[in-house]
Amino acid sequence: MKPYSLTIHEAHRLLKDGELSPEELTRSVLERIDEVEERIKAFVTIDREGALKAAREAGERLKRDEGVTPLTGIPISIKDIFCTKGMETTCSSRILRGFVPPYDATVVKRLKEAGAVIVGKNNMDEFAMGSSTENSAFQITRNPWDLERVPGGSSGGSAAAVAIGESLASIGTDTGGSIRQPAALCGVVGLKPTYGRVSRYGMIAFASSLDQAGPITRDVEDAAILLGIIAGHDPLDSTSIDEPVPDYLEGIGRGVKGLKIGIPKEYFIEGMDKEVEEAVREAAKTLEKEGAVVEEVSLPHTEYAVATYYLVATAEASSNLARYDGVKYGYRVEDPENLLDMYCRTRDKGFGAEVKRRIMLGTYALSAGYYEAYYGKACQVRTLIKRDFEEAFGKVDIILTPTSPTPAFKVGEKIDDPLKMYLSDVFTIPCNLAGLPGLALPCGFTRGGLPIGMQFIGRALDEATILRAAYHYQSVTGWHLLKPSL
Amino acid sequence: MEFEAVIGLEIHAQLRTESKLFCGCSTRFGSEPNTQVCPVCLGMPGVLPVLNRRAVEYALKMALATGCRVNTNSRFARKNYFYPDLPKGYQISQYELPLAEKGEVLIEVEGRRKRVGITRIHLEEDAGKLVHGEGADSRYSFVDLNRAGVPLIEIVTEPDIRSPDEAVATLKALRDILLYLEICDCNMEEGSLRCDANVSVRPTGETTFGTKTEVKNMNSFRFLRNALEYEIKRQIEVIEEGGKVVQETRLWDPSRGVTVSMRGKEEAHDYRYFPEPDLLPVPVEEGWLEEIKGGLPELPAEKAERFVREYGLPPYDAGVLTASKHLALFFEECVRLYPKPKVVSNWIMSEVLKELNRENKDIKDSSLTPDLLASLLKLIDEGVISGKIGKTVFEEVYRTGKDPRKVVEEKGLVQIADRDALKGIVEEVLKTHPAQVEQYRKGKEGLIGFFVGQVMKKTQGRANPKVVNELLREALS
Repeated sequence: MKPYSLTIHEAHRLLKDGELSPEELTRSVLERIDEVEERIKAFVTIDREGALKAAREAGERLKRDEGVTPLTGIPISIKDIFCTKGMETTCSSRILRGFVPPYDATVVKRLKEAGAVIVGKNNMDEFAMGSSTENSAFQITRNPWDLERVPGGSSGGSAAAVAIGESLASIGTDTGGSIRQPAALCGVVGLKPTYGRVSRYGMIAFASSLDQAGPITRDVEDAAILLGIIAGHDPLDSTSIDEPVPDYLEGIGRGVKGLKIGIPKEYFIEGMDKEVEEAVREAAKTLEKEGAVVEEVSLPHTEYAVATYYLVATAEASSNLARYDGVKYGYRVEDPENLLDMYCRTRDKGFGAEVKRRIMLGTYALSAGYYEAYYGKACQVRTLIKRDFEEAFGKVDIILTPTSPTPAFKVGEKIDDPLKMYLSDVFTIPCNLAGLPGLALPCGFTRGGLPIGMQFIGRALDEATILRAAYHYQSVTGWHLLKPSL
Repeated sequence: MEFEAVIGLEIHAQLRTESKLFCGCSTRFGSEPNTQVCPVCLGMPGVLPVLNRRAVEYALKMALATGCRVNTNSRFARKNYFYPDLPKGYQISQYELPLAEKGEVLIEVEGRRKRVGITRIHLEEDAGKLVHGEGADSRYSFVDLNRAGVPLIEIVTEPDIRSPDEAVATLKALRDILLYLEICDCNMEEGSLRCDANVSVRPTGETTFGTKTEVKNMNSFRFLRNALEYEIKRQIEVIEEGGKVVQETRLWDPSRGVTVSMRGKEEAHDYRYFPEPDLLPVPVEEGWLEEIKGGLPELPAEKAERFVREYGLPPYDAGVLTASKHLALFFEECVRLYPKPKVVSNWIMSEVLKELNRENKDIKDSSLTPDLLASLLKLIDEGVISGKIGKTVFEEVYRTGKDPRKVVEEKGLVQIADRDALKGIVEEVLKTHPAQVEQYRKGKEGLIGFFVGQVMKKTQGRANPKVVNELLREALS
């Protein structure tokens, strides 16, 4: 087995035992990038020198056995939405081309402190707006399982890189499914933690009340390891939760015996792919066989989730993206005639079509005379959706759903139909609206050989239970072990 | 037709915290451009605000000092608009749930006291400043973000104000409180205290409001008064000529003495306020509030009342003396050393304030101490110098900070009360003015003042007026 295809915990054991050096591991990953990146296009920035330097430093740490963490010397990649000190950070947008932050996002800082080797920044939908990574201003990332297909999005570069071995793991962000949906489409594990579990400082905002960073990994154990490192209160993020971070690996192997799993009836909708539905129902049976108690639950306001999301998220985005005005950093149009001309042309040329569409939607939703009917109403419905989950969690411990209604779709298939594209996130969005943790993991393949994902949703701050269920499921099925071949 | 004005004020006060509202940058005024900035106040991608608790404390002081009801869970909101001095494209302010509501401030105009309601007090961040290029740079504007993120409180009054005088009194009363609380420098020229006004007029007796205009750019008390006088007159003229007042924002142009339209209702911004998702509601615990309440100083209105009660001063004197916290302190300390409050008050209101106003200084920045003034007053009481000489001595004491006794000695200003010494001078005066002596004797007794004046002139004002009077009457009888 090539080092680049190891999981974090496998690589860690080899690094600790001295059977592999961080430099060898990093070189293996960089060679893999050389080999496949032209076809996959998962990165917007690759930092070979920085990665090798960090690898050598990690090697020293391992040799001296000083401050070694499970991440020391592990080559990972990071979605280009996280600010990295001294390294260009673009959010895959023209408007941020050339922006080099003078600070690290808290997540990046924690990864660096843990000794991780950052090989580069992953491609994404511009400002995390999209479900296919086709909205990147720079390139379209391809699904390693079928290059004609999208990897999902917005963290498509992250999921594709992890699936094909261009990094051992990646950190993505999830506002309406942007970690879980690409994880499902690429056959890897994606975890969106509870809102506030991971600091948002230095993570470029799309919709502040929904955005959350989380790991994309090759198995559940790796997700637990990474979450343990990036989670925790941050004084720089007032919305980060000040609660101790548990050891997510502890008790992960305790099985699912007696665990109450709810299946929401509203999540098996018309128009959803038959193979996806079958795979998820099959997974429920497997879990039942393993001792879990599976029952149907109801989340009655599910049908309003997508509409609610596209009001809340776009409203916040319209405000969050106002700072890209050509005044201070990033792109500015040449020779503006006056201030208004500079604003208008900078933003017209700097932003892509989807970003502009959402800025307009959000501006409209917040406008005088429309606020109550749109943004105000959406906030009320959001409360109802939260309540749905609270009630369901009165009966069950976790909820099982499909991650995405369809497997990976073809490049270009939905790009001209925003509504169709928005429905890709119909099963992941409610989780963000309610602030709950959700984990996507592989649960089978279509007859055409495309991965299918399912999702566990947990109670607030109860990542441990969904990790435990997912860990048990993967250990009795092994879907996650299947790898794409190019 | 008679008209009355209806005025409400919106006052912005910069809080004197060390650091900005949402980051650790310094709030110092007048530094080199963009030297007090960080990723947070520059609005860089991905950064987040962290609330400065000290700013909340200062705002709460003002809220309590004006009798406001404090919301224990107020919220920040985003006010969205584009301008180059606003790095995030929105200002973090408060909207639906402000920090405090429903207070009042007491004013007094021409002896009439009045309560002006305070609608709300909320916290917000200041914007930066544009510097327009000159010469070769005249095509450009530059942005200085040192001020971006400096904490402000916005104080909004009810439309209770009925005249420019009342508006000025309201702003002064609020400024005095801010100064007493030591939470704002209140320097209108530097912009640490700013005032906008909503103005409308209506026929006297009418209860509904007329159409209002918002008047901006009044950065002194004088401009506030002038702008309001102008705007009220303008609105009345519009109505009297059969026109309608247009709802708009107008700028005061001090050089021309007029208000000019800045933008109409159609061009009014839609700020698209919504709750700031990056900040939690502001928790104000009961204990904290009590602590702040307990630490509030005696405020100007309370102090003025006490001065009337305790020192028997006329309300006017009390008002003048308590307008500045330091002046009030100076007065009380003088009275402790020289227990004649009205005499002290007279001296402060005439001599002391004359000097201070001439230099545009606060008492705390001058070399005059309560000790010096008290010993000067004692010299007068002891008859060492006359009241008139006292004023000359005072000027020297104020200028140099020297002990008055020393000034009197050095300048030989000790009063002459010696009858024998004065007798010769009195006789000499009468001898040189025979015509006046004759007139006096014929009954023009008012001339006594003329003779006293002549004696004073000859003694450079040092003669004891009482003794001189006696001697003159004796000699003329």
